[in-house]
Amino acid sequence: MFESLTQRLGGALSRLRGQGRLSEDNIRDALREVRLALLEADVALPVVKEFIDLVRERALGQEVLKSLSPGQALVKIVHDALVEVMGQENQRLNLAAQPPAVVLMAGLQGAGKTTTAAKLARLLQDREKKKVMLASCDVYRPAAIEQLRTLAGQVGAHFHNSSSDDPVGIASEAVAQARKLHSDVLIVDTAGRLHVDAQMMDEIAAIDRAVNPVETLFVVDSMTGQDAANTAKAFGDALSLSGVILTKADGDARGGAALSVRRITGKPIKFLGVGEKIDALEPFHPDRLASRILGMGDVLSLVEEAEQKVDQAKAKKLAKKLKKGKGFDLTDLRDQFEQMQNMGGMASLLDKLPGGAALPAAAKVQLDDRQTARMIAIINAMTPQERRYPAVINGSRKRRIAAGSGVQVQDVNRLLKQHHQMGKMMKKMSKGKMANMMRGMRGQMPPGFG
Amino acid sequence: MFSFNKRKKLPRDAAPLAQKLTKTRGSLFGGLVNLLQGRAIDEDLLEDLEAHLLMADVGVEVTTAVLSALRNSVDARRAADTNAVCAELHRILVDILIPCEAPLIVSDAQPFVILVTGVNGVGKTTTIGKIAQQLSQAGQSVLLAAGDTFRAAAVQQLAQWADRLDVPLVRQGDGADSASVIFDGLQAARARGVDVLIADTAGRLHTQDGLMAELQKIKRVLGKLDPDAPHETLLVVDGGTGQNAVNQTQQFHAQVGITGIAVTKLDGTAKGGVLFALAHRFGIPVRFIGVGESADDLRPFEAGAFVEALLGE
Repeated sequence: MFESLTQRLGGALSRLRGQGRLSEDNIRDALREVRLALLEADVALPVVKEFIDLVRERALGQEVLKSLSPGQALVKIVHDALVEVMGQENQRLNLAAQPPAVVLMAGLQGAGKTTTAAKLARLLQDREKKKVMLASCDVYRPAAIEQLRTLAGQVGAHFHNSSSDDPVGIASEAVAQARKLHSDVLIVDTAGRLHVDAQMMDEIAAIDRAVNPVETLFVVDSMTGQDAANTAKAFGDALSLSGVILTKADGDARGGAALSVRRITGKPIKFLGVGEKIDALEPFHPDRLASRILGMGDVLSLVEEAEQKVDQAKAKKLAKKLKKGKGFDLTDLRDQFEQMQNMGGMASLLDKLPGGAALPAAAKVQLDDRQTARMIAIINAMTPQERRYPAVINGSRKRRIAAGSGVQVQDVNRLLKQHHQMGKMMKKMSKGKMANMMRGMRGQMPPGFG
Repeated sequence: MFSFNKRKKLPRDAAPLAQKLTKTRGSLFGGLVNLLQGRAIDEDLLEDLEAHLLMADVGVEVTTAVLSALRNSVDARRAADTNAVCAELHRILVDILIPCEAPLIVSDAQPFVILVTGVNGVGKTTTIGKIAQQLSQAGQSVLLAAGDTFRAAAVQQLAQWADRLDVPLVRQGDGADSASVIFDGLQAARARGVDVLIADTAGRLHTQDGLMAELQKIKRVLGKLDPDAPHETLLVVDGGTGQNAVNQTQQFHAQVGITGIAVTKLDGTAKGGVLFALAHRFGIPVRFIGVGESADDLRPFEAGAFVEALLGE
């Protein structure tokens, strides 16, 4: 759906080829493309304007490095500027205070405050060995307090029970309770509120005064549009924010809201919520989000995902086996296919590669993940003996396997041929002492993929 | 059964939408008529208009289309006539939305099944509460099915709505199979001769294939009892969402066939301009817009009123 910035810039910058310097004239069209790309990523318009000015200033008179095309040079300037504006890497919570250090959560309805409060509690308990208490001041939404109580149970944090229906009262009580129980950290969840609701904004300001937090975190949905600028401004004015948490970042939103909020509050983005599980809270990396806003693919995340999802034990076992000179059998091939499926299949892998999202749709259709499933089905239709010694598979066995897996005999032949070729490649690799499995990625693709 | 009370629209409220959307109008579009007043239609002014549309989340694609349509039709006429330009802009915007102006009509299916879907935190459960309240007030009997078995205390949240409205609720424990709860709901609704069954589902990101498959399963099992169920598959979209609403709608529509959209949280400064992009691309009926906290603030969508409120006429 979205073109990547590099691709967008391609047309506007083709005229620049052969010119050694970026000038006001030759980058005007290109900057318009940058502007559109940022707007499509939901960066707020005033922030876009300011940012474009910054990029123009930087780009003017820049010599284009020999190794880069003017387009690449400009993309680099844009990317670097984005990273810079987005702020420092991996800001931690500042909990240096007389315990209990109070963390206050604020934001609109449905931003994900309650879930994030529980994720944060878990992170502080697990990684920083803190004793955490959770308290909810959301007396408005039905079952909101119940929700945090349940989540507190799941993460094993203490939950402050209160019979009061006064949010400020609950918050003060919780601080006293946390002090009494010697909690290191108290996380105070609040009701979602609209920034134009003066009464509710006064209320959260009162809670803020009552608990005197060391961290006041603004929780914002990464799918938010232009309005992120208005809400960030209003919350920033009402409270002294110390940081931002961007939630629901595991979807396909480009996350331009992050740039808007960062720019308007001036506060660092501290964490990203990246899933429904209670441990899905990650430190923020500005360079990655910059790439994402620009639609440039996210190789680092891909590598991390590979590390998480590829079954390390199986990979090691296979490497060992190959080293010993034993063959790469069909069971191993099936493992490879299954790992590829675990990573979301070919199409999802490609989307994460730079330029991958730009592949023509027709090419993507060929990367049919059902093919992978079919290959696995063929191998499943074999006997263990056939998987271990594919040489025994004769014509009659092929017909049986084809019938058993619902394919044609040619499909079985193609799989066997591919397995044979991969086997040869693996042998070469292990001889060359390069049992690095990632290198084999290309060869692991089913036919037509590579 | 008791079908004499059926085939009626949800209650409409006479209070004008513009009144409810005054905040929206005040902050951004308020200046629009003033902006146009006494100015020649030149590139400067079009650029200002572009900024207004973009800041309302209308999106680059639709904004460009609207402006070029405006440029074309205005060139031919008297460009200096502000009223004519305003009227033209109004017409262009309404034309985009008008195909989506189709309020939810509860047919005489027994029961009429509404399946409510959407990403996390858009206001599904609250919207269900409001729809249930409006239907009850209109004399329909309603049953709720607590299909959000994933999020902590989601069942309790719906249960509190059921209590408050005094409508029955079908539930199982947390972590139960959502499709099974909703299937039970349909069986119960039939047994009791209820008019409308509203089924809640857990919020899910449209990129989560497994969770989208779960929605398909819910539709499949409902189809076993009634091939026409669900009669309405409602997608709830947060009015503050940016261009990602397009991806959301595309995915949900591809997976479960969305028949109606509800846009929530339009009582802040969010403009919900992404609705134009959704109308332009999908043309799915917009059933409701949420402009406040009370049940009456969930209103039928009217293209003219929506645009008028935005333009501040």
